[in-house]
Amino acid sequence: MRDARGEIRRPLGLRLWLSGGWLTLLVLAAVFAPLIAPKDPLMQDLFLGRMPPFWQSGAEPGFLLGTDSLGRDVLSRMLYGARLALIGALVAGTLTCILGATLGLIAGYYRRWPDRIISRFIDIWMAFPPVLFAILLIAVLGPGLISIIIAIVVIDWTRFARVIRAEAMSQGAMDYVASAQVAGRTRFGTMITEILPNVLPTIIALLTLEMGIAVIVEAILSFVNLSISTDSPTWGGMISEGRTSVHQAWWVLVFPLITLFLTVLSFSQLGEGLKDRFDPVLR
Amino acid sequence: MSAYLSIRNLCVALKTGTPILRSVSLNVDAGQVHALVGESGAGKSMIGKAVLGTLPRALTVTSGEIWLDGVNLLALHPANRRKLIGATAALIPQDPLTALNPSKRIGPQITRRLVDILGWSKRDAEARALDLLAEVHIPDPARVMRTYPHELSGGMRQRILIASAFAAEPKLIIADEPTTALDVTVQKQILRLIADMQARHNTALLFVTHDLGVVSKVSDTLSVLYAGKVVEDARMRRFFMRPIHPYSAALLAATPTYTDPTGSLTPVSDAVIELVEREVREHDLRASR
Amino acid sequence: MMYEVRDLHLSLPDMTRKPLLGAAPRIEILKGITFDLPKGAVMGIVGGSGSGKSTLGRAMLRLLEPTGGSVHFNGTDITHLPEDTLRGMRQQFQMIFQDPMSSLNPRRRVGGIIAGPLRLHRMDNVPTRVNEALDMVGLPRSFAQRYPHELSGGQRQRVGIARAIALRPAFILADEIVSGLDVSSQAQVLNLLEELVRELGLTLAFISHDLSVIRRLCDRVLVLHHGEVVEAGTTEAIFEAPQAEYTRTLLDAIPLPDPDQRWG
Repeated sequence: MRDARGEIRRPLGLRLWLSGGWLTLLVLAAVFAPLIAPKDPLMQDLFLGRMPPFWQSGAEPGFLLGTDSLGRDVLSRMLYGARLALIGALVAGTLTCILGATLGLIAGYYRRWPDRIISRFIDIWMAFPPVLFAILLIAVLGPGLISIIIAIVVIDWTRFARVIRAEAMSQGAMDYVASAQVAGRTRFGTMITEILPNVLPTIIALLTLEMGIAVIVEAILSFVNLSISTDSPTWGGMISEGRTSVHQAWWVLVFPLITLFLTVLSFSQLGEGLKDRFDPVLR
Repeated sequence: MSAYLSIRNLCVALKTGTPILRSVSLNVDAGQVHALVGESGAGKSMIGKAVLGTLPRALTVTSGEIWLDGVNLLALHPANRRKLIGATAALIPQDPLTALNPSKRIGPQITRRLVDILGWSKRDAEARALDLLAEVHIPDPARVMRTYPHELSGGMRQRILIASAFAAEPKLIIADEPTTALDVTVQKQILRLIADMQARHNTALLFVTHDLGVVSKVSDTLSVLYAGKVVEDARMRRFFMRPIHPYSAALLAATPTYTDPTGSLTPVSDAVIELVEREVREHDLRASR
Repeated sequence: MMYEVRDLHLSLPDMTRKPLLGAAPRIEILKGITFDLPKGAVMGIVGGSGSGKSTLGRAMLRLLEPTGGSVHFNGTDITHLPEDTLRGMRQQFQMIFQDPMSSLNPRRRVGGIIAGPLRLHRMDNVPTRVNEALDMVGLPRSFAQRYPHELSGGQRQRVGIARAIALRPAFILADEIVSGLDVSSQAQVLNLLEELVRELGLTLAFISHDLSVIRRLCDRVLVLHHGEVVEAGTTEAIFEAPQAEYTRTLLDAIPLPDPDQRWG
């Protein structure tokens, strides 16, 4: 018998296009920064300090978004800053995901002693205050991209593990998992073929969220000068510098801030958009 | 107009236009039990929701009237309608597990409507709740008032929901598949309880179910639904002795009865489906003119 | 004998009462079940909720390990067989599950769902077998491309049946497979099952709380109550002359579509 319940539709993937678009732009900017950056991001020229963006009077041609107090081109610095942000996001996000999701999956599906061990581990780990932990880690490892990535992974993997564990547990109770066992699949095989596909949408959503978080963490760390060496341009560093001269040169603060905001937003929306578009259940 | 509840040519559709209820008409007399039967997706629950004003947001009433005790519900202002429904109607829901708030004790969940909506004093409401719990054969009502839902069995929870429904002496109760989630032995107890309460309080009862056996045990009249359209409307005995519409007959033939060991279970045939589908199409054509 | 079950006991830990340190107290679910199931028979397992019928089914399929007694399948003692040995035998006993929503992986297509076990047991000609299975349950072959949520409850249930019979097992356990279905879909599935038992020479154990359905399908019945067998016998005996009080209660509770007998 026909049933009208299935006809309630969902809005299309607009957010997928917007977020994907911005991020693609960003990737291109980061990859081709050396080619498209109009100026050398490190080049200082004190005579050109605090020049406004091109649409304002008094702007210096060639410095589209203005310059900071040391005369460095804001736009070029932002393009190079994108490199750091994206590498941080992709590498840290992916590593956190792999570590957290794997442990979460094992704990949630196998239960019993693997779960006990892993859950205890997570509980103890989460008892450390994260910010302190990060600072400590970087103090020990020294500043640099690798340290930041390690810091992010070390702090945030528990988020993944907790959520994925819960998902895996609820999936494990499903009859199609029992069915796989009845068919003779090994536990490991069942985890891969039955549990993983159903946990994947959550993993993807968390992964993109994590990437956004990684961008912010990096920005915060460079804001407090704990990130890579102070010369290389970072969004967080630019925001920190821009803070002091916000009244005279608002553009030094505002542009990186907006870019940071859009990037983090895009990452989170990307996850949602991917889920909507590719999950057969939701379509 | 003797019917307590009178639904006339009610049409409900999705906001996108797909019809859910197709010119449904039925009458429930005061103190009578009217069953709504049909397969899942036939729209039976939607009728009850339309009466109570709890249709999902994606659905709207496109035409028709619902008369309750001489008042056209659909012509009322929503706030007045809610007040009227709150005072005169109640619902016995399908799933006793999700219908009760797990973080509140039983007592407040029964008395809430009386105190908040009807303005009873807390003491009167609690006394009434205790009476009702005894009426539905809950042992040690005073203790149960203080328990949480998860401490009780499914059957007990359903009894509480029944008690709750009768609390404000409603004139109309809508029972939406109240025994589907229950064990078969509990089902019989609950159905008898509902029938008893209904008779004692002389409440009109609209009983939604997919089980023809249950229909024959509790109802006076019934409507058979297919795809939101009433296919047959009948008095109970006549229906079981001599169903008129082929779809009704097909449903009866598909219902297993253990007293007939040789009876083969015939699923509803394609021919019958063709017939009802054609009737539905004709209805839609007429409606669009 | 397909199954010889002797004094089967099964208890599970009650996790709601687990102390901080130490093991949770155990609840006994099956309290000494004994029965024989001959090859080719169709046995109904009836009882209310909490009777242990689902647990018994899962014990028979060794999804749960008994804590006492023995289960012999086709002459082999499978009571405490290690999982890897069991895995090799699994092709012979299969199960169809109750909930058509949760028994099919929502993110796999129907074809893949049926093919999965076939590939696992390294059977040849998987695509042909999948098509055969779909034919046998009366579903169009094109359904192999669909996802479960694109099918109705009755159709999903038939996919579950297809998945079970594709392996050509000797024994199938059907756990409340029609409980969530419309009367019409129910009739279709039951007729289908009857046909398949005949055609494939299956031995079937059919768990249900609905005695009307049991009568239709089974030639013998096991009545469970609180983890014990309260009555066992041929279908006729159980229905014509029920001995145990619980059996009579169960029969009495069924709402027969008979207008002359009302309740209340």
